[in-house]
Amino acid sequence: VKRFAVPAAIVVALAFLPKLTVDIPYLFQESLNTPGTLELLALCLLFGGLALSYDLLFGFTGLLSFGHALYFAVGVYVAAIAMTSWHWSFWQSVLFTALVGFLLAVVLGAVSLRVSGIAFAMVTLAFAQAGSILALKDPYGWTGGEEGFGVDYHKLPAWTVGILNTKHLYWIALAYAAAVFAIVRFAINSSPGHVWQAIRENELRVQVLGLKPYSYKLMSFVLASLLATAGGVVYLLLVGGASTEVTTASFTLTLLLMVVIGGTGSRWGAMIGGILYTYANQRLSDLSSSHAVSQLPSILRTPLQQPLFILGVLFILVVFFVPGGLTRIGQVGLRLDRILRRPATREETA
Amino acid sequence: MSTFLLLTITGLGLGAMYFLIASGLSLIYGLMGVLNFAHGVFITVTGYTLWFTESKLGGVPVLPRFLIAALVGLVVGTVFAALVELVLIRPLYGRHIEQVLVTVGVALAVTALVTAIWGSDARVVAAPAWVGDTTTIFGAHIPNDRWLEIAAAAVVLFALEAFLRRTRYGLIVRAGVENRSMVTALGIDVRRSFTLVFAIGGLAAGIAAVLYTLYSTTVDPQQGTSLVIFAFIVVVIGGLGSIRGTAWAAVIVGLVQQYANYYASSGLGDLSVVLLLGIVLIARPSGLSRSFA
Repeated sequence: VKRFAVPAAIVVALAFLPKLTVDIPYLFQESLNTPGTLELLALCLLFGGLALSYDLLFGFTGLLSFGHALYFAVGVYVAAIAMTSWHWSFWQSVLFTALVGFLLAVVLGAVSLRVSGIAFAMVTLAFAQAGSILALKDPYGWTGGEEGFGVDYHKLPAWTVGILNTKHLYWIALAYAAAVFAIVRFAINSSPGHVWQAIRENELRVQVLGLKPYSYKLMSFVLASLLATAGGVVYLLLVGGASTEVTTASFTLTLLLMVVIGGTGSRWGAMIGGILYTYANQRLSDLSSSHAVSQLPSILRTPLQQPLFILGVLFILVVFFVPGGLTRIGQVGLRLDRILRRPATREETA
Repeated sequence: MSTFLLLTITGLGLGAMYFLIASGLSLIYGLMGVLNFAHGVFITVTGYTLWFTESKLGGVPVLPRFLIAALVGLVVGTVFAALVELVLIRPLYGRHIEQVLVTVGVALAVTALVTAIWGSDARVVAAPAWVGDTTTIFGAHIPNDRWLEIAAAAVVLFALEAFLRRTRYGLIVRAGVENRSMVTALGIDVRRSFTLVFAIGGLAAGIAAVLYTLYSTTVDPQQGTSLVIFAFIVVVIGGLGSIRGTAWAAVIVGLVQQYANYYASSGLGDLSVVLLLGIVLIARPSGLSRSFA
């Protein structure tokens, strides 16, 4: 019972946030119930869930994909195109988007999983790049090319449109994060989930035991992709439009940053990584335009203007010194010790 | 006919550029098992050093100014690549995923830093006038920079082959690609050649950067990343760790991209390259290298 009580309690507590008028200085610019703060929190929760869906591949199955953005972008673009260019109703569009996301993940997953390791990473990158080019190319005037386009908001449910309804969007994002958490938890404790983790540890051994890693990896790939597609639809509701930025390789790389900074192969780690990253990215942008920073000498001010520089450096530091991610920071001392003594690694003594 | 010739030479020029970038990636991967995401940053570093040096040499005529700037750019790019290996990759030997992650971090952080310092807009580089002219062959007007690209790639291919086949270090690198543990067991510190391979990769990518600035006459923070994605595709099609396979794949990808962009529709060339990758993977998951090596 206790295992379910903690996440449930956190979800309930977070659900009451929009009712609070508390002002948290430094952390947020405005009080908690204002639309600005709620939108920031909603984005954080969305990316927390999305990072966890990526960790299902990377942390739990050991598949390094550089194409996760493609399935997220399918959620954003297909739903938005169906509503705006084809004038479908909201639920029709969502169902169709889920179908497209599922089929695409099955087909592309089946092809890319023919290779493994780094080749798999490059192939997924290439497919995602194809999606990115397609979105840029603006076929039939659907995607709006480089600028993207705004969704036809008449088609969205009325209670999600408008600044006064931001709290509803926040709840949708919270529901998404909670659902991803619950699904991932269920999946990795199921019997295929155990096989995924065994594949991550030693794929050859799984094969020797008489199981086919290919179909299990495909299962994990499709589930993670579907969760990302769902995240794309939530993103569309939050942002109200589609832009090419969500299709790029850099977008997948930021997911990788989130997962590694938070901690791979751990549900809380990936989720907290996603939340922290999104929060830091938004707040550092605000900070760089603030008065305090503009007073700094230019050698300090210039790097601060690009949150990605700070987050990239933080990421490198985490890889070096906190290999389990920030949520396992307790093991840092042990790790430093190992780096200083620098023993021959398993692979090189082999 | 003249259009076809123009497309072929341009495609070969593009392939030459891909080869220059992909050869380093392929060697690094073959020897060290590292997918080097920071390779695009090597291009950015050389390109921006070239632009910066050129902007500081105000009174000098264009040709010597460009040559000096290109030389400085190549040196800085090569040293940067070697430093990335020494400082960031070396402490993580044997942990491939962590090494890949660090190169991802370098790629994002350096691109962001360059954007912060010089902005995201393209900066104009003055190129010698001859490069922008065309040479007429069989009625086709071919821009001169294409010849430079093809010649540079041919020289690099020849030099790399000579290095790998004729020198002692090349022998160690080839043996290391084949079986690293065995080389170590024979008492050779194969890790010393890792820095060398990174420096070679950085130099080849730098040459690609110089040629690219000749072609586009601009530098911008994102151009390295976009070139490297196609170089990744070339590496996979060519078969990881094989220089000849990479050369063939680069030519095929460059030509397919040019032909499809012209005869089908613009933008389709990029998609057909991805399609080509899919076909190669289904037919021959380990890449083309076995058939060419």
